[in-house]
Amino acid sequence: MKSSTDDSVEKSESPRAIVAGHGDFPDGLVSAVDQISGRGGVFIPVSNRGLGAGDIESVLTETAASSNVSVIFTDLPGGSATLAVRRMMRANPSLVLVTGANLAALLEFVFQAAADPKSAAITAAEKGRTALAASGGQ
Amino acid sequence: MSLALYRIDDRLIHGQVVVGWGQPLDTDFIVLVDDNVACCDWEQDLYRMGVPPEMELIFADVTTAIRDHDKYTSDEREGILVAPDIPTMQRLVSGVPSIREVNLGGIHHRAGRVQKNRYVFLAPEEEAQLRAMVESGVKVTAQDVPGAREVPMSEFIASSEAETRSA
Repeated sequence: MKSSTDDSVEKSESPRAIVAGHGDFPDGLVSAVDQISGRGGVFIPVSNRGLGAGDIESVLTETAASSNVSVIFTDLPGGSATLAVRRMMRANPSLVLVTGANLAALLEFVFQAAADPKSAAITAAEKGRTALAASGGQ
Repeated sequence: MSLALYRIDDRLIHGQVVVGWGQPLDTDFIVLVDDNVACCDWEQDLYRMGVPPEMELIFADVTTAIRDHDKYTSDEREGILVAPDIPTMQRLVSGVPSIREVNLGGIHHRAGRVQKNRYVFLAPEEEAQLRAMVESGVKVTAQDVPGAREVPMSEFIASSEAETRSA
């Protein structure tokens, strides 16, 4: 089982989304959210490390069901976690997938607590997209 | 030869394949050989979402892949071939004697398999199939990403057996 949560992350807040991806990316992002907002408990980190395709889908399905969340953030659009969620969406169209997650997107989601999950995810995705920029190099 | 990698990976299309190998090999197309995916439009749509638009994804069952292998290798572009499991690759290798190298990229844990290294778990019958490939002259190595060491099959199977004996 690769679902993990940093001990320092506040657990009292009910989870509202899963952050899934490669290596320590999920733990790292959730840790960063907690450091900035104190609300890392909004997210459940799930790493795909060491898991086959079927196992990733199983872990994510079980985690989403047991925590009653319908929003899943992933890292790469073509990554195994993303493909697993797309398979899950076939059986459960109410799931909301946000690919290319970054810290700006997750922080926006945290502070969209009053919005419905889909609206909060769409707003978060937009925030994350605009946060990505390159500058300098002159 | 335009197929730079013959990879067994149970995740098929994912980050290590598309980005990890795809970028350094300058990959223009991926041949996904899987009988179950080749016959299912929904599965194909799913995997197409996993590759960038400039990369072509070709789906083939084993029979088609054997028939079209010369076409893949005569393509001027660079390509990767990926199969989901050892039996699929073994059938392909049997039908295409020119395949001389097979990469084990991700064969994850499931019941009946024994861990060989961090990302390769083998059932006894799978190990036998790999041994048969090696005996037929195919170089079988494990390497999940380009920056990792290429581990000969003899090395990780030998180390696994040594661990079993010492346990």
